[in-house]
Amino acid sequence: MEPRPRSFYVLAAIFALFLLFLYGPTITIAILSFQGPGGGLTFPMRGVSLNWFRELFMQQAVGDIWGSFRRSFVLGLMVMVTTVVVSVMGGLAFRKRFAGSALLFQLVLASLVIPSILVSLGVGLVFTQAGLPIHWAGSGFGAQLTWTLPFGLLIMFAVFNRFNPAYEEAARDQGATPWQTIRHVVLPIIAPSLIGVALFGFTLSYDEFARTLLTAGSYNTLPLEIYGMTTNVTTPVIFALGTLTTVFSFVVIGVCLAALWLTNRRRARAGSDAGKGMV
Amino acid sequence: MRRLMQSPNVTGWLLAAPLAAVLAVFLILPILMIAVVSFWTATEFSIVPAFSLENYQFLFGSGVTYSVFLNTFKYAAITWAITLTLGFTIAYFLAFHVRSQTWQTALFLLCTIPFWTSNIIRMISWIPFLGRNGIANSTLISWGVIDQPLEWLLFSDFAVILAFVHLYTLFMVVPIFNTMMRIDRSLLEAANDAGASGFQTLVNVIIPLTKPGIMIGSIFVVALVMGDFITVRFMSGSQSANVGRLISNDIGLLQYPSASATAIVLLVTVLLMISALLRLVDIRKEL
Repeated sequence: MEPRPRSFYVLAAIFALFLLFLYGPTITIAILSFQGPGGGLTFPMRGVSLNWFRELFMQQAVGDIWGSFRRSFVLGLMVMVTTVVVSVMGGLAFRKRFAGSALLFQLVLASLVIPSILVSLGVGLVFTQAGLPIHWAGSGFGAQLTWTLPFGLLIMFAVFNRFNPAYEEAARDQGATPWQTIRHVVLPIIAPSLIGVALFGFTLSYDEFARTLLTAGSYNTLPLEIYGMTTNVTTPVIFALGTLTTVFSFVVIGVCLAALWLTNRRRARAGSDAGKGMV
Repeated sequence: MRRLMQSPNVTGWLLAAPLAAVLAVFLILPILMIAVVSFWTATEFSIVPAFSLENYQFLFGSGVTYSVFLNTFKYAAITWAITLTLGFTIAYFLAFHVRSQTWQTALFLLCTIPFWTSNIIRMISWIPFLGRNGIANSTLISWGVIDQPLEWLLFSDFAVILAFVHLYTLFMVVPIFNTMMRIDRSLLEAANDAGASGFQTLVNVIIPLTKPGIMIGSIFVVALVMGDFITVRFMSGSQSANVGRLISNDIGLLQYPSASATAIVLLVTVLLMISALLRLVDIRKEL
Protein backbone atom coordinates (compact mmCIF):
# COMPACT_ATOMS: atom_id res chain seq x y z
CA MET A 1 0.00 0.00 0.00
CA GLU A 2 1.29 3.46 -0.80
CA PRO A 3 2.08 5.71 2.16
CA ARG A 4 -0.69 7.97 3.33
CA PRO A 5 -0.52 11.56 2.07
CA ARG A 6 -0.06 14.38 4.55
CA SER A 7 -3.65 15.49 3.94
CA PHE A 8 -4.79 12.22 5.55
CA TYR A 9 -3.44 13.25 8.94
CA VAL A 10 -4.95 16.74 8.73
CA LEU A 11 -8.36 15.33 7.76
CA ALA A 12 -8.14 12.59 10.41
CA ALA A 13 -7.53 15.27 13.04
CA ILE A 14 -10.53 17.27 11.79
CA PHE A 15 -12.62 14.11 11.88
CA ALA A 16 -11.55 13.34 15.45
CA LEU A 17 -12.44 16.90 16.50
CA PHE A 18 -15.79 16.53 14.79
CA LEU A 19 -16.53 13.37 16.76
CA LEU A 20 -15.52 15.18 19.95
CA PHE A 21 -17.87 18.01 18.97
CA LEU A 22 -20.68 15.50 18.30
CA TYR A 23 -20.33 13.43 21.43
CA GLY A 24 -18.51 15.74 23.88
CA PRO A 25 -21.59 17.56 25.22
CA THR A 26 -23.51 14.31 25.68
CA ILE A 27 -20.58 12.76 27.56
CA THR A 28 -20.33 15.91 29.68
CA ILE A 29 -23.93 15.71 30.87
CA ALA A 30 -23.50 11.99 31.46
CA ILE A 31 -20.63 12.75 33.83
CA LEU A 32 -22.46 15.66 35.48
CA SER A 33 -25.55 13.54 36.15
CA PHE A 34 -23.46 11.74 38.79
CA GLN A 35 -23.02 15.07 40.68
CA GLY A 36 -23.05 14.92 44.45
CA PRO A 37 -26.24 16.14 46.19
CA GLY A 38 -24.87 19.69 46.55
CA GLY A 39 -23.63 19.98 42.97
CA GLY A 40 -24.96 22.23 40.23
CA LEU A 41 -25.38 22.27 36.45
CA THR A 42 -21.70 22.88 35.74
CA PHE A 43 -18.32 21.59 36.87
CA PRO A 44 -16.75 21.22 39.42
CA MET A 45 -18.21 17.93 40.60
CA ARG A 46 -19.14 18.16 44.26
CA GLY A 47 -18.74 14.51 45.07
CA VAL A 48 -20.06 11.56 43.11
CA SER A 49 -23.50 10.11 43.77
CA LEU A 50 -26.56 8.51 42.28
CA ASN A 51 -28.66 11.16 44.00
CA TRP A 52 -30.15 12.66 40.81
CA PHE A 53 -31.05 9.30 39.34
CA ARG A 54 -32.73 8.41 42.64
CA GLU A 55 -34.76 11.59 42.42
CA LEU A 56 -36.06 10.55 39.03
CA PHE A 57 -37.51 7.40 40.57
CA MET A 58 -39.11 9.22 43.51
CA GLN A 59 -42.51 10.88 43.48
CA GLN A 60 -42.22 13.89 41.20
CA ALA A 61 -43.14 17.32 42.46
CA VAL A 62 -44.00 18.43 38.93
CA GLY A 63 -44.79 16.41 35.87
CA ASP A 64 -44.99 12.74 35.27
CA ILE A 65 -41.74 11.42 33.83
CA TRP A 66 -42.54 7.73 33.87
CA GLY A 67 -46.02 8.21 32.47
CA SER A 68 -44.59 10.29 29.65
CA PHE A 69 -41.87 7.71 29.02
CA ARG A 70 -44.54 4.99 28.76
CA ARG A 71 -46.55 7.10 26.32
CA SER A 72 -43.49 7.88 24.19
CA PHE A 73 -42.55 4.21 24.14
CA VAL A 74 -46.02 3.03 23.06
CA LEU A 75 -46.28 5.83 20.49
CA GLY A 76 -42.81 4.93 19.16
CA LEU A 77 -43.89 1.31 18.65
CA MET A 78 -47.13 2.39 16.96
CA VAL A 79 -45.27 4.73 14.61
CA MET A 80 -42.59 2.10 13.97
CA VAL A 81 -45.02 -0.64 12.90
CA THR A 82 -47.10 1.75 10.79
CA THR A 83 -44.00 3.23 9.14
CA VAL A 84 -42.64 -0.21 8.19
CA VAL A 85 -45.94 -1.47 6.75
CA VAL A 86 -46.91 1.72 4.90
CA SER A 87 -43.37 2.32 3.55
CA VAL A 88 -43.06 -1.22 2.19
CA MET A 89 -46.45 -0.91 0.49
CA GLY A 90 -45.52 2.53 -0.82
CA GLY A 91 -42.14 1.27 -2.01
CA LEU A 92 -43.82 -1.58 -3.89
CA ALA A 93 -46.34 0.83 -5.40
CA PHE A 94 -43.65 3.19 -6.71
CA ARG A 95 -41.79 0.42 -8.54
CA LYS A 96 -44.25 0.86 -11.37
CA ARG A 97 -45.29 4.22 -12.69
CA PHE A 98 -48.97 4.83 -12.05
CA ALA A 99 -51.22 7.79 -12.79
CA GLY A 100 -50.41 10.45 -10.21
CA SER A 101 -47.28 8.74 -8.89
CA ALA A 102 -45.11 11.76 -9.66
CA LEU A 103 -47.52 14.01 -7.76
CA LEU A 104 -47.58 11.66 -4.78
CA PHE A 105 -43.79 11.64 -4.74
CA GLN A 106 -43.74 15.45 -4.72
CA LEU A 107 -46.07 15.30 -1.75
CA VAL A 108 -43.73 12.93 0.10
CA LEU A 109 -40.86 15.35 -0.47
CA ALA A 110 -43.05 18.24 0.67
CA SER A 111 -43.81 16.33 3.85
CA LEU A 112 -40.08 16.20 4.51
CA VAL A 113 -39.40 19.91 4.03
CA ILE A 114 -42.56 21.56 5.35
CA PRO A 115 -41.67 23.14 8.71
CA SER A 116 -42.78 20.84 11.51
CA ILE A 117 -44.55 23.67 13.35
CA LEU A 118 -46.98 23.94 10.42
CA VAL A 119 -47.91 20.28 10.74
CA SER A 120 -48.31 20.70 14.47
CA LEU A 121 -50.45 23.84 14.16
CA GLY A 122 -52.49 22.52 11.24
CA VAL A 123 -53.30 19.12 12.72
CA GLY A 124 -54.20 20.82 16.00
CA LEU A 125 -56.56 23.21 14.20
CA VAL A 126 -58.18 20.45 12.12
CA PHE A 127 -58.87 18.31 15.19
CA THR A 128 -60.23 21.20 17.28
CA GLN A 129 -62.46 22.50 14.51
CA ALA A 130 -63.75 19.00 13.75
CA GLY A 131 -64.52 18.50 17.43
CA LEU A 132 -62.16 15.51 17.66
CA PRO A 133 -60.15 14.95 20.83
CA ILE A 134 -56.50 15.97 20.62
CA HIS A 135 -54.60 12.97 21.89
CA TRP A 136 -51.04 11.72 21.46
CA ALA A 137 -52.25 8.38 20.08
CA GLY A 138 -54.52 10.06 17.50
CA SER A 139 -53.51 13.50 16.31
CA GLY A 140 -49.96 13.11 17.67
CA PHE A 141 -49.56 9.73 15.98
CA GLY A 142 -50.67 11.08 12.59
CA ALA A 143 -48.54 14.22 12.85
CA GLN A 144 -45.43 12.11 13.55
CA LEU A 145 -46.15 9.87 10.55
CA THR A 146 -45.73 12.87 8.22
CA TRP A 147 -42.07 12.88 9.32
CA THR A 148 -41.29 9.15 9.58
CA LEU A 149 -43.07 7.95 6.42
CA PRO A 150 -40.96 10.01 3.97
CA PHE A 151 -37.78 8.63 5.55
CA GLY A 152 -39.14 5.08 5.41
CA LEU A 153 -40.20 5.56 1.81
CA LEU A 154 -36.85 7.02 0.72
CA ILE A 155 -35.11 4.00 2.29
CA MET A 156 -37.46 1.70 0.38
CA PHE A 157 -36.64 3.55 -2.86
CA ALA A 158 -32.95 2.97 -2.21
CA VAL A 159 -33.69 -0.71 -1.53
CA PHE A 160 -35.79 -1.30 -4.63
CA ASN A 161 -33.32 0.62 -6.83
CA ARG A 162 -30.84 -2.15 -5.98
CA PHE A 163 -33.37 -5.01 -6.10
CA ASN A 164 -32.79 -7.59 -8.80
CA PRO A 165 -36.17 -8.36 -10.44
CA ALA A 166 -34.79 -11.68 -11.75
CA TYR A 167 -35.71 -13.29 -8.40
CA GLU A 168 -39.34 -12.34 -8.86
CA GLU A 169 -39.35 -13.46 -12.48
CA ALA A 170 -37.94 -16.82 -11.36
CA ALA A 171 -40.69 -17.15 -8.74
CA ARG A 172 -43.36 -16.27 -11.29
CA ASP A 173 -41.91 -18.76 -13.76
CA GLN A 174 -42.26 -21.44 -11.12
CA GLY A 175 -45.93 -20.59 -10.76
CA ALA A 176 -45.94 -18.42 -7.63
CA THR A 177 -48.92 -16.11 -7.21
CA PRO A 178 -48.16 -12.37 -6.79
CA TRP A 179 -48.78 -12.66 -3.06
CA GLN A 180 -46.52 -15.74 -2.77
CA THR A 181 -43.80 -13.88 -4.67
CA ILE A 182 -43.96 -11.00 -2.20
CA ARG A 183 -44.27 -13.17 0.89
CA HIS A 184 -41.58 -15.76 0.08
CA VAL A 185 -39.21 -13.90 -2.24
CA VAL A 186 -39.37 -10.11 -1.96
CA LEU A 187 -39.92 -9.71 1.79
CA PRO A 188 -37.13 -12.10 2.89
CA ILE A 189 -34.70 -10.32 0.56
CA ILE A 190 -35.54 -6.82 1.83
CA ALA A 191 -35.89 -7.90 5.50
CA PRO A 192 -32.62 -6.32 6.72
CA SER A 193 -33.60 -2.92 5.33
CA LEU A 194 -36.88 -3.19 7.20
CA ILE A 195 -34.86 -3.20 10.42
CA GLY A 196 -33.44 0.13 9.27
CA VAL A 197 -36.89 1.53 8.53
CA ALA A 198 -38.08 0.34 11.95
CA LEU A 199 -35.13 2.08 13.61
CA PHE A 200 -36.01 5.36 11.87
CA GLY A 201 -39.69 4.95 12.72
CA PHE A 202 -39.14 4.33 16.40
CA THR A 203 -36.35 6.79 17.16
CA LEU A 204 -37.76 9.68 15.13
CA SER A 205 -41.07 9.28 16.93
CA TYR A 206 -39.51 8.76 20.36
CA ASP A 207 -37.52 12.01 20.06
CA GLU A 208 -40.02 14.12 18.12
CA PHE A 209 -40.85 17.42 19.71
CA ALA A 210 -42.23 20.02 17.30
CA ARG A 211 -44.85 17.84 15.63
CA THR A 212 -46.20 16.60 18.96
CA LEU A 213 -46.20 20.01 20.66
CA LEU A 214 -49.74 21.01 19.62
CA THR A 215 -51.05 17.54 18.87
CA ALA A 216 -50.36 15.57 22.07
CA GLY A 217 -53.24 16.96 24.11
CA SER A 218 -53.22 16.93 27.90
CA TYR A 219 -50.78 14.05 28.30
CA ASN A 220 -47.16 14.84 27.49
CA THR A 221 -44.74 12.64 25.61
CA LEU A 222 -41.21 12.42 27.01
CA PRO A 223 -39.59 15.14 24.83
CA LEU A 224 -42.41 17.55 25.76
CA GLU A 225 -41.91 16.67 29.43
CA ILE A 226 -38.16 17.24 29.18
CA TYR A 227 -38.70 20.56 27.43
CA GLY A 228 -41.08 21.59 30.20
CA MET A 229 -38.39 20.73 32.73
CA THR A 230 -35.85 23.05 31.07
CA THR A 231 -37.90 26.05 32.16
CA ASN A 232 -38.38 25.14 35.82
CA VAL A 233 -35.74 22.60 36.83
CA THR A 234 -32.31 23.93 37.70
CA THR A 235 -30.72 20.82 39.20
CA PRO A 236 -28.73 18.02 37.55
CA VAL A 237 -31.88 15.89 37.68
CA ILE A 238 -32.50 17.02 34.09
CA PHE A 239 -29.04 15.71 33.12
CA ALA A 240 -29.86 12.40 34.79
CA LEU A 241 -33.05 12.16 32.75
CA GLY A 242 -31.21 13.19 29.58
CA THR A 243 -28.55 10.56 30.22
CA LEU A 244 -31.14 7.84 30.83
CA THR A 245 -33.13 8.52 27.65
CA THR A 246 -29.92 8.80 25.61
CA VAL A 247 -28.80 5.44 27.01
CA PHE A 248 -32.22 4.08 26.08
CA SER A 249 -31.82 5.43 22.51
CA PHE A 250 -28.36 3.84 22.31
CA VAL A 251 -29.83 0.49 23.44
CA VAL A 252 -32.51 0.70 20.71
CA ILE A 253 -29.90 1.61 18.08
CA GLY A 254 -27.60 -1.16 19.35
CA VAL A 255 -30.37 -3.78 19.18
CA CYS A 256 -31.21 -2.75 15.60
CA LEU A 257 -27.59 -2.77 14.47
CA ALA A 258 -27.00 -6.15 16.13
CA ALA A 259 -30.10 -7.57 14.45
CA LEU A 260 -28.88 -6.19 11.13
CA TRP A 261 -25.43 -7.68 11.60
CA LEU A 262 -26.88 -11.06 12.63
CA THR A 263 -29.21 -11.31 9.63
CA ASN A 264 -26.39 -10.39 7.27
CA ARG A 265 -24.13 -12.98 8.84
CA ARG A 266 -26.78 -15.65 8.74
CA ARG A 267 -27.38 -14.81 5.15
CA ALA A 268 -23.70 -15.03 4.28
CA ARG A 269 -23.50 -18.45 5.94
CA ALA A 270 -26.78 -20.01 4.87
CA GLY A 271 -27.27 -18.19 1.61
CA SER A 272 -27.00 -19.55 -1.88
CA ASP A 273 -23.65 -20.57 -3.34
CA ALA A 274 -24.78 -19.65 -6.81
CA GLY A 275 -22.08 -18.06 -8.88
CA LYS A 276 -19.30 -19.34 -6.65
CA GLY A 277 -18.30 -21.98 -9.21
CA MET A 278 -18.10 -25.74 -8.99
CA VAL A 279 -16.02 -27.26 -6.26
CA MET B 1 -62.08 -7.98 -12.36
CA ARG B 2 -58.89 -9.88 -13.07
CA ARG B 3 -57.89 -7.39 -15.73
CA LEU B 4 -58.66 -4.56 -13.36
CA MET B 5 -56.27 -6.00 -10.77
CA GLN B 6 -53.54 -6.18 -13.37
CA SER B 7 -53.68 -2.53 -14.30
CA PRO B 8 -50.63 -0.77 -12.83
CA ASN B 9 -52.83 2.20 -11.90
CA VAL B 10 -55.13 0.10 -9.72
CA THR B 11 -52.44 -1.95 -7.98
CA GLY B 12 -50.28 1.15 -7.61
CA TRP B 13 -52.99 3.15 -5.91
CA LEU B 14 -54.07 0.21 -3.75
CA LEU B 15 -50.53 -0.15 -2.44
CA ALA B 16 -50.02 3.59 -2.09
CA ALA B 17 -53.45 4.18 -0.52
CA PRO B 18 -52.32 4.14 3.14
CA LEU B 19 -49.47 6.55 2.35
CA ALA B 20 -51.76 8.84 0.38
CA ALA B 21 -54.40 8.71 3.12
CA VAL B 22 -51.94 9.68 5.88
CA LEU B 23 -50.56 12.56 3.81
CA ALA B 24 -54.05 13.72 2.84
CA VAL B 25 -55.35 13.82 6.42
CA PHE B 26 -52.22 14.91 8.28
CA LEU B 27 -50.48 17.10 5.71
CA ILE B 28 -52.77 18.48 2.99
CA LEU B 29 -55.84 18.99 5.14
CA PRO B 30 -53.89 20.74 7.94
CA ILE B 31 -52.15 23.04 5.46
CA LEU B 32 -55.50 23.92 3.85
CA MET B 33 -56.89 24.52 7.33
CA ILE B 34 -54.03 26.89 8.14
CA ALA B 35 -54.65 28.71 4.87
CA VAL B 36 -58.34 29.11 5.75
CA VAL B 37 -57.74 30.16 9.35
CA SER B 38 -55.20 32.75 8.21
CA PHE B 39 -58.20 34.78 6.95
CA TRP B 40 -60.12 34.42 10.22
CA THR B 41 -60.14 36.87 13.07
CA ALA B 42 -59.49 36.28 16.74
CA THR B 43 -60.83 37.60 19.98
CA GLU B 44 -58.99 37.13 23.23
CA PHE B 45 -60.54 33.72 23.86
CA SER B 46 -61.62 32.26 20.55
CA ILE B 47 -61.15 32.36 16.81
CA VAL B 48 -63.92 33.57 14.55
CA PRO B 49 -64.53 32.42 10.97
CA ALA B 50 -64.41 35.40 8.62
CA PHE B 51 -62.78 36.55 5.46
CA SER B 52 -60.45 39.27 6.54
CA LEU B 53 -57.05 40.30 5.25
CA GLU B 54 -56.11 41.97 8.50
CA ASN B 55 -53.65 39.23 9.54
CA TYR B 56 -51.70 39.65 6.33
CA GLN B 57 -52.00 43.43 6.41
CA PHE B 58 -50.63 43.46 9.92
CA LEU B 59 -47.88 40.99 9.01
CA PHE B 60 -46.65 42.88 5.96
CA GLY B 61 -47.18 46.26 7.60
CA SER B 62 -44.97 45.53 10.56
CA GLY B 63 -41.24 46.16 10.51
CA VAL B 64 -40.74 43.30 12.94
CA THR B 65 -41.76 40.79 10.26
CA TYR B 66 -39.04 41.88 7.88
CA SER B 67 -36.30 41.90 10.48
CA VAL B 68 -37.38 38.47 11.75
CA PHE B 69 -37.41 37.04 8.23
CA LEU B 70 -34.01 38.58 7.62
CA ASN B 71 -32.72 36.99 10.82
CA THR B 72 -34.12 33.62 9.73
CA PHE B 73 -32.35 33.87 6.37
CA LYS B 74 -29.17 34.84 8.21
CA TYR B 75 -29.34 31.70 10.38
CA ALA B 76 -30.04 29.56 7.33
CA ALA B 77 -27.18 31.05 5.28
CA ILE B 78 -24.55 30.81 8.03
CA THR B 79 -25.60 27.31 9.10
CA TRP B 80 -25.67 26.17 5.47
CA ALA B 81 -22.16 27.47 4.79
CA ILE B 82 -20.69 25.87 7.92
CA THR B 83 -22.49 22.52 7.68
CA LEU B 84 -21.59 22.27 3.98
CA THR B 85 -17.88 22.90 4.57
CA LEU B 86 -17.73 20.63 7.60
CA GLY B 87 -19.98 17.94 6.14
CA PHE B 88 -18.06 17.87 2.86
CA THR B 89 -14.72 17.58 4.67
CA ILE B 90 -15.96 14.72 6.87
CA ALA B 91 -17.55 12.86 3.95
CA TYR B 92 -14.43 13.37 1.83
CA PHE B 93 -12.24 11.92 4.57
CA LEU B 94 -14.55 8.90 5.01
CA ALA B 95 -14.97 8.21 1.31
CA PHE B 96 -11.46 8.75 0.00
CA HIS B 97 -9.03 8.47 2.89
CA VAL B 98 -10.37 5.60 4.99
CA ARG B 99 -9.25 2.50 3.16
CA SER B 100 -10.81 -0.42 4.99
CA GLN B 101 -14.51 -0.91 4.46
CA THR B 102 -15.07 -2.00 8.06
CA TRP B 103 -13.57 1.23 9.34
CA GLN B 104 -15.55 3.21 6.81
CA THR B 105 -18.84 1.68 8.01
CA ALA B 106 -17.91 2.05 11.68
CA LEU B 107 -16.87 5.72 11.40
CA PHE B 108 -19.88 6.53 9.22
CA LEU B 109 -22.17 4.99 11.86
CA LEU B 110 -20.47 7.06 14.56
CA CYS B 111 -21.41 10.17 12.56
CA THR B 112 -25.05 9.12 12.16
CA ILE B 113 -25.90 7.71 15.60
CA PRO B 114 -26.68 11.15 17.14
CA PHE B 115 -29.43 11.53 14.50
CA TRP B 116 -31.36 8.83 16.35
CA THR B 117 -31.12 10.55 19.74
CA SER B 118 -33.06 13.47 21.16
CA ASN B 119 -32.40 16.97 19.78
CA ILE B 120 -33.64 18.60 22.96
CA ILE B 121 -31.18 16.70 25.11
CA ARG B 122 -28.39 17.48 22.68
CA MET B 123 -29.26 21.17 23.11
CA ILE B 124 -29.43 20.94 26.88
CA SER B 125 -26.04 19.26 26.93
CA TRP B 126 -24.39 22.50 25.77
CA ILE B 127 -25.25 24.23 29.08
CA PRO B 128 -22.33 22.85 31.13
CA PHE B 129 -20.00 23.64 28.25
CA LEU B 130 -21.07 27.16 27.30
CA GLY B 131 -22.54 28.49 30.56
CA ARG B 132 -21.11 31.42 32.50
CA ASN B 133 -19.12 29.04 34.72
CA GLY B 134 -18.96 26.39 32.03
CA ILE B 135 -16.03 24.42 30.69
CA ALA B 136 -15.27 26.86 27.85
CA ASN B 137 -15.09 29.91 30.10
CA SER B 138 -13.13 28.27 32.92
CA THR B 139 -10.64 26.78 30.46
CA LEU B 140 -10.10 30.12 28.74
CA ILE B 141 -9.67 31.85 32.11
CA SER B 142 -7.20 29.26 33.37
CA TRP B 143 -5.19 29.66 30.17
CA GLY B 144 -5.14 33.39 30.78
CA VAL B 145 -6.82 34.19 27.44
CA ILE B 146 -9.61 36.15 29.16
CA ASP B 147 -10.08 37.50 32.72
CA GLN B 148 -13.86 37.80 32.65
CA PRO B 149 -16.21 34.98 31.64
CA LEU B 150 -17.53 35.56 28.11
CA GLU B 151 -21.24 36.32 28.27
CA TRP B 152 -22.00 35.63 24.63
CA LEU B 153 -21.24 31.90 24.66
CA LEU B 154 -24.63 30.70 25.82
CA PHE B 155 -27.95 32.39 25.05
CA SER B 156 -26.73 34.21 21.95
CA ASP B 157 -26.71 33.94 18.17
CA PHE B 158 -23.38 32.17 18.51
CA ALA B 159 -25.03 29.43 20.59
CA VAL B 160 -27.91 29.16 18.12
CA ILE B 161 -25.59 28.62 15.14
CA LEU B 162 -23.42 26.22 17.16
CA ALA B 163 -26.48 24.12 18.03
CA PHE B 164 -27.70 24.14 14.40
CA VAL B 165 -24.29 22.95 13.22
CA HIS B 166 -24.21 20.34 15.98
CA LEU B 167 -27.68 19.03 15.12
CA TYR B 168 -27.70 19.21 11.34
CA THR B 169 -24.18 18.59 9.99
CA LEU B 170 -24.98 14.90 9.62
CA PHE B 171 -27.75 15.80 7.16
CA MET B 172 -24.89 17.01 4.93
CA VAL B 173 -22.48 14.17 5.71
CA VAL B 174 -24.86 11.33 4.81
CA PRO B 175 -25.97 12.36 1.29
CA ILE B 176 -22.55 13.73 0.32
CA PHE B 177 -20.84 10.52 1.50
CA ASN B 178 -23.45 8.50 -0.37
CA THR B 179 -22.75 10.29 -3.69
CA MET B 180 -18.98 10.19 -3.17
CA MET B 181 -19.07 6.43 -2.73
CA ARG B 182 -20.63 6.10 -6.18
CA ILE B 183 -17.87 8.01 -7.92
CA ASP B 184 -15.98 5.66 -10.20
CA ARG B 185 -12.47 5.45 -8.72
CA SER B 186 -10.91 5.08 -12.14
CA LEU B 187 -11.87 8.71 -12.81
CA LEU B 188 -9.59 9.78 -9.97
CA GLU B 189 -6.79 7.62 -11.33
CA ALA B 190 -7.31 9.13 -14.77
CA ALA B 191 -7.08 12.62 -13.29
CA ASN B 192 -3.93 11.59 -11.46
CA ASP B 193 -2.41 10.06 -14.62
CA ALA B 194 -3.22 13.20 -16.55
CA GLY B 195 -1.10 15.09 -14.05
CA ALA B 196 -3.76 16.71 -11.84
CA SER B 197 -2.70 17.56 -8.32
CA GLY B 198 -4.83 16.32 -5.41
CA PHE B 199 -6.42 19.74 -5.14
CA GLN B 200 -7.18 19.92 -8.88
CA THR B 201 -8.82 16.48 -8.72
CA LEU B 202 -10.93 17.69 -5.82
CA VAL B 203 -12.09 20.86 -7.57
CA ASN B 204 -12.49 19.55 -11.11
CA VAL B 205 -13.59 15.95 -10.57
CA ILE B 206 -14.91 15.24 -7.09
CA ILE B 207 -16.89 18.42 -6.36
CA PRO B 208 -18.82 18.41 -9.68
CA LEU B 209 -19.66 14.71 -9.24
CA THR B 210 -20.75 15.27 -5.64
CA LYS B 211 -23.21 18.03 -6.52
CA PRO B 212 -26.37 15.90 -6.15
CA GLY B 213 -25.37 14.93 -2.60
CA ILE B 214 -24.58 18.55 -1.79
CA MET B 215 -28.02 19.59 -3.08
CA ILE B 216 -29.87 16.97 -1.02
CA GLY B 217 -27.93 17.94 2.10
CA SER B 218 -28.63 21.62 1.44
CA ILE B 219 -32.36 20.95 1.05
CA PHE B 220 -32.45 19.26 4.45
CA VAL B 221 -30.40 21.89 6.25
CA VAL B 222 -32.23 24.87 4.72
CA ALA B 223 -35.66 23.34 5.41
CA LEU B 224 -34.79 22.42 9.00
CA VAL B 225 -33.24 25.78 9.89
CA MET B 226 -35.95 27.86 8.16
CA GLY B 227 -38.70 25.95 9.99
CA ASP B 228 -37.02 25.75 13.38
CA PHE B 229 -38.45 27.45 16.43
CA ILE B 230 -37.19 25.47 19.37
CA THR B 231 -33.42 25.73 18.84
CA VAL B 232 -33.58 29.50 18.50
CA ARG B 233 -35.80 29.82 21.56
CA PHE B 234 -33.68 27.58 23.74
CA MET B 235 -30.16 28.50 22.64
CA SER B 236 -30.77 32.25 22.45
CA GLY B 237 -32.50 32.26 25.83
CA SER B 238 -35.49 33.88 24.06
CA GLN B 239 -33.31 36.84 23.05
CA SER B 240 -33.35 36.25 19.29
CA ALA B 241 -36.28 35.58 17.03
CA ASN B 242 -36.89 33.71 13.83
CA VAL B 243 -40.11 33.12 11.93
CA GLY B 244 -40.82 29.86 13.74
CA ARG B 245 -40.71 31.66 17.07
CA LEU B 246 -43.03 34.37 15.76
CA ILE B 247 -45.53 31.61 14.97
CA SER B 248 -45.09 29.80 18.26
CA ASN B 249 -45.44 33.04 20.23
CA ASP B 250 -48.77 33.73 18.52
CA ILE B 251 -49.86 30.18 19.28
CA GLY B 252 -48.92 30.71 22.91
CA LEU B 253 -51.23 33.75 22.95
CA LEU B 254 -53.96 31.68 21.22
CA GLN B 255 -53.78 34.04 18.22
CA TYR B 256 -54.22 31.19 15.74
CA PRO B 257 -55.29 33.35 12.75
CA SER B 258 -52.21 35.54 12.93
CA ALA B 259 -50.00 32.48 13.58
CA SER B 260 -51.56 30.89 10.49
CA ALA B 261 -50.88 33.91 8.30
CA THR B 262 -47.21 33.91 9.34
CA ALA B 263 -47.10 30.14 8.81
CA ILE B 264 -48.44 30.49 5.25
CA VAL B 265 -45.82 33.12 4.39
CA LEU B 266 -43.12 30.88 5.87
CA LEU B 267 -44.43 27.89 3.94
CA VAL B 268 -44.38 29.76 0.63
CA THR B 269 -40.85 31.02 1.34
CA VAL B 270 -39.53 27.55 2.21
CA LEU B 271 -41.24 25.86 -0.73
CA LEU B 272 -39.83 28.46 -3.14
CA MET B 273 -36.32 27.95 -1.79
CA ILE B 274 -36.59 24.15 -1.87
CA SER B 275 -38.11 23.95 -5.34
CA ALA B 276 -35.26 26.09 -6.62
CA LEU B 277 -32.82 23.57 -5.12
CA LEU B 278 -34.85 20.59 -6.37
CA ARG B 279 -34.50 21.77 -9.96
CA LEU B 280 -30.83 20.98 -9.65
CA VAL B 281 -31.20 17.35 -8.55
CA ASP B 282 -33.34 14.26 -9.21
CA ILE B 283 -33.73 12.77 -5.74
CA ARG B 284 -35.11 9.41 -6.82
CA LYS B 285 -32.09 8.73 -9.00
CA GLU B 286 -29.68 9.50 -6.17
CA LEU B 287 -31.02 7.00 -3.63
